[in-house]
Parts: sequence; structure tokens; C-alpha cells
Amino acid sequence: MTIDRVLPTEEAGDLLDLATELADNELAPKAADYEARREFPRELVRTLGRAGLLGLPYPEEVGGAGQPYEVYLQVLEILASRWLVAAEAVSVHTLSCYPVSTAGSEQLRKLLPDMVGGELLGAYCLSEPQGGSDAAALTTRAVRDGDAYVITGTKAWITHAHDADYFNVFARTGGPGPGGISCLLVDANTPGIVPQAPERTMGLHASPISQIAFDGVRVPADRLVGEEGAGFSLAMRALDSGRLGIAACAVGLAQAALDHAVGYAREREQFGSPIIDFQGLGFMLADMATQVSAARALTLAAARLRDHGRPYAVEAAKAKLFATDMAMKVTTDAVQVLGGYGYVADHPVERYMREAKVLQIVEGTNQIQRMVISRSLAKA
Amino acid sequence: MNIVVLVKQVPDSGSERGLAGDNTVERQSANNVINEMDEYAIEEALRIQAAEGGEVTILTMGPERAAESIRKALSMGPDKAVHVIDDALHGSCALSTSKVLAAALGTLNPDLVIAGAESTDGRVQVMPHMIAERLGIAALTGARKLTVDGGTLTIERQTEEGYEVVTAATPAVVSVWDTINEPRYPSFKGIMAAKKKPVQTLALADLGIEAGEVGFAGASSEVVEHAKRPPRQGGQKVADDGNGGAALVEFLSSEKFV
Ligand SMILES: Cc1cc2nc3c(=O)[nH]c(=O)nc-3n(C[C@H](O)[C@H](O)[C@H](O)COP(=O)(O)OP(=O)(O)OC[C@H]3O[C@@H](n4cnc5c(N)ncnc54)[C@H](O)[C@@H]3O)c2cc1C
Ligand SMILES: Cc1cc2nc3c(=O)[nH]c(=O)nc-3n(C[C@H](O)[C@H](O)[C@H](O)COP(=O)(O)OP(=O)(O)OC[C@H]3O[C@@H](n4cnc5c(N)ncnc54)[C@H](O)[C@@H]3O)c2cc1C
Repeated sequence: MTIDRVLPTEEAGDLLDLATELADNELAPKAADYEARREFPRELVRTLGRAGLLGLPYPEEVGGAGQPYEVYLQVLEILASRWLVAAEAVSVHTLSCYPVSTAGSEQLRKLLPDMVGGELLGAYCLSEPQGGSDAAALTTRAVRDGDAYVITGTKAWITHAHDADYFNVFARTGGPGPGGISCLLVDANTPGIVPQAPERTMGLHASPISQIAFDGVRVPADRLVGEEGAGFSLAMRALDSGRLGIAACAVGLAQAALDHAVGYAREREQFGSPIIDFQGLGFMLADMATQVSAARALTLAAARLRDHGRPYAVEAAKAKLFATDMAMKVTTDAVQVLGGYGYVADHPVERYMREAKVLQIVEGTNQIQRMVISRSLAKA
Repeated sequence: MNIVVLVKQVPDSGSERGLAGDNTVERQSANNVINEMDEYAIEEALRIQAAEGGEVTILTMGPERAAESIRKALSMGPDKAVHVIDDALHGSCALSTSKVLAAALGTLNPDLVIAGAESTDGRVQVMPHMIAERLGIAALTGARKLTVDGGTLTIERQTEEGYEVVTAATPAVVSVWDTINEPRYPSFKGIMAAKKKPVQTLALADLGIEAGEVGFAGASSEVVEHAKRPPRQGGQKVADDGNGGAALVEFLSSEKFV
């Protein structure tokens, strides 16, 4: 379905047209094959990068496109509606540029053009096997040794673990708790970095994730992003933005499921009429459509707060929570609309349903989002 | 190297197309795009520019709406464009189209002109030859590969059986098939930059051509009537009742396929 969008500028319209062209021609026709092979589409992501889609919200001075989040998120939504893996790659990469872009030294910022320019691919290493939600308890250590830090520990569930050119590694340089955590920008080919075997995931098969062992990895001290001890707050601020990206991915994914279900329900006949004409099913589709629109509106409202320099973390948490729960429900209902055909891989909706699940877990589980929201209510 | 790429706007061959009441291609209501083969011509020009330096200019003859395709072409990377636009051009035949394009090329002094091997609407495949003839320069047509070595151009000319190697000195016209390269996508920055690139518009008077020489008035031939292609015949079904193989062979030999 074409979505009537109110955009802030004419150039935003050009950008969305470009994203749509790329998504239709390069992503949609290739998704199923890569998913079946469980292969990350590195070259396709490079194509998106060359088109300028890997650094949209970053300033033009550093090679970005200087786009507001309101526009960047709609690009993500379009990509996600054709292939979630591609949108997630763009979202994670965009997140991976955040620490250097906001807190990096003059010298680190010299790397930004290559990062946001799309030739390089980034990853974000926060979670660990023993702790995801309680990130402040992370145990990977970075010990100062002369002009270097030496990183030892294991990170878990890392998107782009095998394909990234650089990692943002959050590690403990000081005492326990959030104040002891720092962020380091680490080249992927540094000796001692050992990505483990890919996890056997439920969905996102074309985006392998794995643990990464850091075995005495020596990183020059000037790769410290921001101050020592400032890593945790940097990680949380990056996630505030990242959550908006996940919300947009959820909207796109749900839109794809809705469109497929509607197309099917108009064609499929039972009892002599198209099944969409049975009110029980038509109303289900109506609810799905309403939920998708509501999630889109909530996500873009949070994005506009960010674009106007207002506090947006709580609204971003609400958008992530609502949009991803919505995507889970809408993709599940899409399978229901297709009946038996929805449960087999000949149609994409079973894949959409498996993919929706992960969005309720990543970048802060939806319980953690509720925690963020309820804490803000308790304080208010 | 000064390169000019000929770019034609055509109705999208993937959507509904037709002729207007005056038997010319319906362009007003059509979903218009860059002629697909011309994207390969642009890509080839940009690659040569990257290696040899110089300038790439887009040349289009077409109505007002063709400006969209010119911007699209510029967003891929060329430096500037020339748009020949004149109401008197409506109904032009291939001969007069080549006259106009050759005159416009005369103002640009190209070392190399690159065109698509054919358009998806007219499909006459003659424009590159006609233009070369009018300019008195070589035509290297139907290329699947092009190499530039100083002032020497060499192409692999695609044929039914294989390819021929053909060489000429610049200036020359080269036409290309879609086997020659993989055209790039425009980038967002390219789209922004294209808005600011110069597009010069030329009318017939600027080229010293009289209105009566082109368009319906000057057409060397006339489309009198047209008919839709008849729908495909149903074909013949061979049911396999144990003798399917024999029945197939019989059908194939009766149609002289084997
Ligand atoms: C496909 C995929 C990609 C990922 N990519 C990355 C990546 O690139 N980088 C990265 O760092 N991480 C990544 N992750 C990790 C992800 O962020 C974590 O899985 C997530 O934060 C949850 O952590 P956990 O798995 O350790 O679950 P736990 O924290 O152990 O949580 C288990 C359950 O307890 C609940 N829970 C925990 N604390 C509370 C609480 N206080 N109140 C109520 N409920 C609570 C959770 O909501 C959850 O339901 C990825 C995960 C997946 C599946
Ligand atoms: C229904 C119909 C009736 C026609 N009737 C006649 C007729 O009666 N007499 C007659 O002589 N011709 C007739 N034509 C042909 C028509 O005039 C040609 O299509 C037109 O002149 C251009 O030729 P082409 O696009 O087929 O060129 P081709 O030779 O197929 O195109 C090759 C390349 O030349 C370049 N090129 C072609 N046109 C342009 C342009 N306008 N601007 C920039 N580059 C260009 C492009 O790079 C293109 O890829 C008719 C066409 C149709 C569809």
C-alpha cells in the first residue's frame, strides 16, 4: 500500500523515492535467497551505503546526509517493509556511529567519513552472556597498559560479529556499577578478537549473530571514546536513538505483513466470496491497519521531539514498546489471515512473525522499556 | 575526454503503453523513465571519465517532461545537460531526430558520443548510425565492451554468433547494449547535487533548423494506422497416455522443429 506521508522537505521525498527504488529492486527480490542460505548481504548493504543510506542522521560535514530522525526513520521503515535484515543492518550501523559522533575526540572524528559514508560496517558490543538487561553489571575488562588498553572478556548476541569492520566495545575500566564503564572503538582485525560460531536464531537468518571473545586485545589508548567512566551513559543515550530505529523497523515489518494479508484476503474465496468480505476477517484487518498507523504516528512523534532538541528518551521507549508489540500481534494475525498457507514458507508471513519476536527483545526488552516508562511516571 | 551521452525519455516498458490520437507515442499520460539502455551508456561514460578525466554531458531531445529524466540522469554523476525542446518537434521521424541531435552535438564538440543501442519505444536502432553519418565521424555500434586508449576506441560488437572487434579514432559515436556494465544507483548526495547542475535548453532556432524540416511537417514517412499485436495462440497440449514421448516427437517434426 502507498502511504501518504507528510514530509518536512522536498529532498526528503527524493530520499524516500531512492530508498523505495533500492528496496524494490535490490532488497525484496533477494531476501528469500539470503535468508535460506543464512548469509549476510554484505554487498547489498554496501550498495545502500554508496547510495548514502548508512549515515542519514549524521551531519554533512562528516559525510552524513544531515537528515532529521523523522526522515531517517521513514527510510528505515521502507527498507524494513521489504526486508527486515537490511533495515536492521542500517539501524545497527547507524547506532555504531553514535558514540564517536557525539563524544569522539578530534582524532577519532577523522574516522567518521568512512564510518557514516557506508564503506565500513560497524557493530555495537554491549550485551554479555551473563547479562543483557542489567548492562551496568558487565564484566568485560579494559586494563590500561602504557599507551594501550587490553580488553579481556566475552560479548554476546553481537549483530555483524563476523562482518563488521569496527566494534564499539563497552568494557570496565574502573570499579563496579555504571560509573566504571568506558567505550572503545576497536578495529575488527585487531589480534585477539575471536568471533564464535553463529547462533541458531529463530529469525533474521541472514543476519548472523554470535559471541565474540576478546582475548587480551590491545587497543591504542586514543581509541577511548569520551572520558573514562562515561561509557555507560553513552551506551544508554545511543540506545535511546537506537530504539527509535527498532520502532521504525517494527512499523515497516508490520506494514509488509498487513499488505500481504490484505492482498491475500481479497483474492482468496471461501463460501463463494472473498474472505475479506467476511466481517470477522475484515475487522481483523481493520484493527491491524489501525495499529500500524498508530505505531507509525507514535514513532514519528518521538522522532520529532528528538529533532527539536527536546527530551525524548521516554517517548522513544513508548514507541519501541508499542511498535514492537504491535508488530508481534499484526504478524501473528497475518499468519491467521492466510490460514494453512500462512504457516508454510511459500508465503513470507511466517518469516515476518519469527522476525517480529526479536524486536521485542533487542535494544532493551519490552520489560525494560516499561521500566523506563514507569520510572518516569514515579518521578513525575 | 569530452563525452556526450544521448538520453531519451521513454514510456516505462513495464507498464501500459499506447499511441496517441495522432499515431505518435503517448507520452503525456505515460509513466516515463530513462530509456533503459541509456543508463548503461551513462555508466560507461562515467567510468571512462573516472579513468581519463574530462566532462560528461547529457543530451536529450524531448518534451517538457523529459526534464525529469535529465535530472535523474544527472543524479548518477554527469556534469551538465542540454535539453532540445520545441513544440515543432512533435511527430519527428528518425531522420529529423538525427538532424536535431547532430546539430546539438555540433555545439558541444564531443570526443566521444555514447548512446543506447536501441530505445524501447521507437526501437529503430538507427540513431547512432544516422548521427555519425551526419557528423562525418565513425560509428561503433552494439558494443558489449568498450576500451579507450588515448584517441583510439575499441569495442567488442555483439553479434548473434559471438562478437567482432572494431576500432576507430575519436571523435566517434558508440552505442552500447545492456551487457556492457551494471549501471550504478544514484546516491542521495547525487540527487541533491543534480538539482544544481546546469541544464541548457535549446530551441530549433538556436540550432539553425526551420520548424518545417522536422516534426509532422518534415516527416519522411507517416504512420497511417496501427493495430494491437494479436493475443498469443493457445498452443497444443500433449497428454501422456503412455505414448507422450512419441506424440511430442511427432508434434516437433510436424512443425519442422526437428
Ligand atoms: C538477534 C539479536 C541481536 C542482538 N544484537 C545485539 C547487538 O548487536 N549488541 C548487543 O550488545 N546486544 C545485542 N543483542 C542482545 C540483546 O540486547 C539482549 O538479548 C537483550 O538486551 C536482553 O538481554 P538478555 O538476553 O541477557 O536477557 P535477560 O536480561 O536475561 O532477560 C531475561 C528476561 O528477564 C526480563 N527482565 C530482565 N530484567 C528485568 C527487570 N528489571 N524487570 C522485569 N523484567 C526483567 C527481560 O525482559 C527478559 O524477558 C541481540 C539479541 C538478539 C536476539
Ligand atoms: C509508432 C511509431 C511510428 C513511427 N513512425 C515513424 C515514421 O513514420 N518515420 C520514421 O522515420 N520514424 C518513425 N518512428 C521512429 C521514431 O521517430 C524514432 O523512434 C525516433 O526518431 C528516435 O529513434 P529511436 O528512439 O527508435 O532510436 P534508436 O536508434 O532505437 O535509439 C538509440 C539511441 O539513440 C538515442 N536517442 C534516440 N532518440 C533520442 C532523443 N530524442 N534524444 C536523445 N537521444 C536519443 C538514445 O541513446 C537511444 O538509446 C516511429 C516510431 C514509432 C514508435
